[in-house]
Amino acid sequence: MINFNLFVLPFFLGLIYVVIAIGKSWYNWIKALPPVDKVRFTAGIRNPRQVFSAIKEVFLEALIHRRMWRQNPLLGYMHMSFALGWFLLIVFGNIESRYYSGTHLNAPYYPIFLKFFIHDKLVIFFEVYSVPGIFRFLMDSLLLFVLSGLVLAVIKRQKSKWFGMKRTTEFQLTDFISLTCLWLIFPVRLFAESFTAGYYGSGGGFMTQPLGNFLAWIMPFSLDFVAYALWWVYSLVLGIFFITLPYSRYMHIPTEVLLIFFRHFGIQPRIWYSSISDVEVHSCSRCGVCIDVCQMNDAGIRDSQAVYFIRGVRDKYVPEEISRKCLVCGRCQEVCPVGIRIDSLHLIKRRELVSGQAHDFSFLPGIKEILHQGHPTLTGYHPNQDDGVEVVYFAGCMSHLTPSVIRAMKGIMSAAGISFVQLDEDHSVCCGRPLMIAGKDRQAHDLIEYNKKLIRLTRARTLVTSCPICYRVFREEYNLPIRIMHHTQFILDLVKTGKIPLQGFFKRVAYHDPCDLGRGSRVYDAPRELIGKIADLVPVRQETNNAMCCGGSLGIFEASQKQRNDMTARALDNLLEGQPDTIATACPLCKKTFETQSPVEVKDIAELVYLALPKPAYSSVSVQSRQAISYADESTSA
Amino acid sequence: MTKKFGYSILRDESIDFDRNDKRISAYLHAHEPSINLCIGCGSCTATCSTGHFVDFNIRRLHTLIRRGETREIKKEIRKCMFCGKCQLVCPRGVNLRNVILTLNRAIEQLG
Repeated sequence: MINFNLFVLPFFLGLIYVVIAIGKSWYNWIKALPPVDKVRFTAGIRNPRQVFSAIKEVFLEALIHRRMWRQNPLLGYMHMSFALGWFLLIVFGNIESRYYSGTHLNAPYYPIFLKFFIHDKLVIFFEVYSVPGIFRFLMDSLLLFVLSGLVLAVIKRQKSKWFGMKRTTEFQLTDFISLTCLWLIFPVRLFAESFTAGYYGSGGGFMTQPLGNFLAWIMPFSLDFVAYALWWVYSLVLGIFFITLPYSRYMHIPTEVLLIFFRHFGIQPRIWYSSISDVEVHSCSRCGVCIDVCQMNDAGIRDSQAVYFIRGVRDKYVPEEISRKCLVCGRCQEVCPVGIRIDSLHLIKRRELVSGQAHDFSFLPGIKEILHQGHPTLTGYHPNQDDGVEVVYFAGCMSHLTPSVIRAMKGIMSAAGISFVQLDEDHSVCCGRPLMIAGKDRQAHDLIEYNKKLIRLTRARTLVTSCPICYRVFREEYNLPIRIMHHTQFILDLVKTGKIPLQGFFKRVAYHDPCDLGRGSRVYDAPRELIGKIADLVPVRQETNNAMCCGGSLGIFEASQKQRNDMTARALDNLLEGQPDTIATACPLCKKTFETQSPVEVKDIAELVYLALPKPAYSSVSVQSRQAISYADESTSA
Repeated sequence: MTKKFGYSILRDESIDFDRNDKRISAYLHAHEPSINLCIGCGSCTATCSTGHFVDFNIRRLHTLIRRGETREIKKEIRKCMFCGKCQLVCPRGVNLRNVILTLNRAIEQLG
């Protein structure tokens, strides 16, 4: 064998190791898929259209890093230069080596160390009109491309603020070793190629040849030995990188490819920790984009951000507090370039923690008692109406703490002449979401079944709720055959169909997106449109899918009141930037949370609409409710 | 003997504070110290969703914890619907949902 040198061994062994390790992981993940998903996988792999779209996304996401570009072009470029640059180096390197070896089968190390074996004296370094010249030009450009990303990466590690990142991920040892090797690969390659080119006086491209010539000129000794040593180092760092890859964050490179395929085949995370969750966890590149958006920073919590939580899950060790220390607001999920469903992962881990805990909801009056004893939850329900009522209104537990919202909703529905029944007029049964968010799905299921029966009993065609938390769980878990609307959507419908006329007022209103309505249910426009009809909507810097959590989240368990207040204060700062007269929200929990700290009044959109009803409609509502509203008005503005 | 004449002997319900089981209380105080802030105002109880249906009383639960009546705690705590209203109305900022979760865990671990 001519084209062999002992130094290729570290690389070669590392390569064999990493291929086996990745293959084994992939095999295990696919093998461990739940049966239904396995069917989806085999069907998907045979469907050329799905495979093609998956490959397209692999190209766009894993190589070009499109999502990263959208968020932060500098970071996007950095990641792209590494991924795409290295990928193309491998591709063109292979083609180039085929050109020289003249066969289709090469030793796998041959393209990597090509410049050590080949010193084509026929090609000059700036030549671009011959085939080997083009390759040389390409390879040097690509190396330069990767090196430019490397420079950015080094700067980012030192001065992450320049990249718009306040914090970057704190590393584990394996990550550190891998990172060091990865960073060394490209400069070492540059110098190894340059020294070789300098020694032979040929074989380099537009970058390596002049650099080599320069080095040969200033170095007092022969470059032969240095070049050889550098080829060894190059092979070693590659080898070490490959061997540490399965244990470091760089495992995300092969795993994300599989994840994209899974997604294109319609394989979704389960409510338990399935193989797809494990793939998601290993796809985390620990880029740290999720750290800055996490509002727990405002409360001084720095150990539980998504990246650390996911790392804990991957290392099979998540301290209980960490899994419970999350607002489950979904902000990190929005920015995650890999698209890991962090919230559902949190809930999976919480479920594991609380499994086996007993519950007892036998105190809830059964469906039979409701029918025969005329239970107070169904006042206003008239059995002689065959069709039942038009709307069943579920205010939600939290709305019971903001009675003005309920009053406003009743006023609006009366003004619009809609027959409705309030399901939780007197007794509110929780919708089940708070239990689910604690991982208590089994317990929540009982409540869900109970509420479902109550809702069916009303025979209403539309379910309206004032609470986004309820709205989300009604949509996702209840499987109701009727229309489910949040009150902002419902009121907007009323306004659009001309059922309630509105008189605007001159107020500047900033709208706060509740987590479960915005990111949780993707309702962004209805509340804004509604506010736009009655007042001036002030733009907020962080809004829609990047909106902040009010701090009152039911998702976090390990936060003190002080920490919650700190988060609320930051969220308020964001809302008050445009100097609004009123903060509008669409969630009783957000309203209640903001009210304690806000210098301006905090109103639910329903309340605003109720105030905007013109006089006749306004006065047709019972006097008592009207007084209560104006009273609530005074107390909040005072 | 007394039973023959229509009398019964009542179960001894006295609580010996020197001998009762304080483990759950200690666990709770260690893991959710905000319970110490409680002034026993009863707002949590007044707003409780479960409390509307049945005699479930967080303030009473707190007393049971301090007395170490594990069996009662176990029975009571199952009724919580976890809606979180109690926490919102608490004037002292006691992290009540976590109190319930911590109690669940304490019962699981300490029996």
